[in-house]
Amino acid sequence: MIYFYLFITFFKIGLFGFGGGYGMLSLIQHETVERWHWLNSAEFTDIVAISQMTPGPIGINSATYAGYQAVANAGYSMPMAVLGSATATFALVLPSLILMILISKMFLKYMKTRSVQSVFEGLRPAVVGLLAAATLLLCTKENFSAPSDNTWQFWISVLLFVATFIGTLIFKINPIKMIVMSAFAGLLLLY
Amino acid sequence: MNIYWQAFKTFFKIGMFTLGGGYAMIPIIQAEVVDKHEWVDKKEFLDLIAIAQSCPGVFAINISIFIGYKLRKTAGAIYCALGTALPSFLIILTIAMFFHQFQDNPVVAAMFRGIRPAVVALIAVPTVKLAITAKLNRYTCWIPLVGALLIWLMGVSPIYIIFAAGIGGYLYGKLARQTK
Repeated sequence: MIYFYLFITFFKIGLFGFGGGYGMLSLIQHETVERWHWLNSAEFTDIVAISQMTPGPIGINSATYAGYQAVANAGYSMPMAVLGSATATFALVLPSLILMILISKMFLKYMKTRSVQSVFEGLRPAVVGLLAAATLLLCTKENFSAPSDNTWQFWISVLLFVATFIGTLIFKINPIKMIVMSAFAGLLLLY
Repeated sequence: MNIYWQAFKTFFKIGMFTLGGGYAMIPIIQAEVVDKHEWVDKKEFLDLIAIAQSCPGVFAINISIFIGYKLRKTAGAIYCALGTALPSFLIILTIAMFFHQFQDNPVVAAMFRGIRPAVVALIAVPTVKLAITAKLNRYTCWIPLVGALLIWLMGVSPIYIIFAAGIGGYLYGKLARQTK
């Protein structure tokens, strides 16, 4: 039954995942963490980290990983989990396949019309909100610890967040480099 | 060489060797598809990018489907999509199968305690960048604000926000044209 829900969920994510990989992350997070509890918040963040560091589109990477982890967390064996990741990835790509072929076949000429463009114009500010929500939802105890639990880890986490934010936004440091440096900082300060 | 195999191989290479996801892939896809194989011309490629970006789904997959469909209809589209997705799928699967053996290792656990807040920042950065390119003004800035709060505090599904924004955009466009 989990495969059926995985399929439906990732099909939905593929169908409504506007705004590229990061826009899709808020959907994946909402569905897999908040709604179905297939993953906890830290697992989701780890998946995003690994998806960032490995080649390929972030959407595909995280769907493959989330599909695997969801089935593995439900207590199934490794081959079953592999099937879970195949289900999630296939379901994520399927709406694209249907939509893009339909557009190629008949709607290419309508894509530039005013009505279609105004729908996209409405979506653009909303995707900003989706991303903001994904960021806020990830500010959890699992990712940052809490001042009452572990004051040292909490403030180091906040520091790493601020450093990565400024580093990538203002100094344009490569995100993968920032992840590697944060891993090193974690090893030194949070061991 | 068989065109299916060649298309598959090209997109497999693109999926295999591009770090950083969708947008980092554009120049590489262009070099392969426009300059090297001449499957589409430059103008058409730019049009396809604009459409693939506004449509839902994974951007690189959308582009590969467009190119594949142009080459050999639906079968071509499937080959290209498969080529793009397969390297990611295989790499992530390998990591997923073995990561759980390492995640309890104290060294790996400490590294991930450092990585997690950094990753949250890496999602915060495109939020800011997108807010800038979306050219929010005092009439539109409430849209992401209300959307984010509904999802964050009320647990509303992002899908409803997307629906509302799409319909809102359509109606607003219609109204703006009528009043002109």
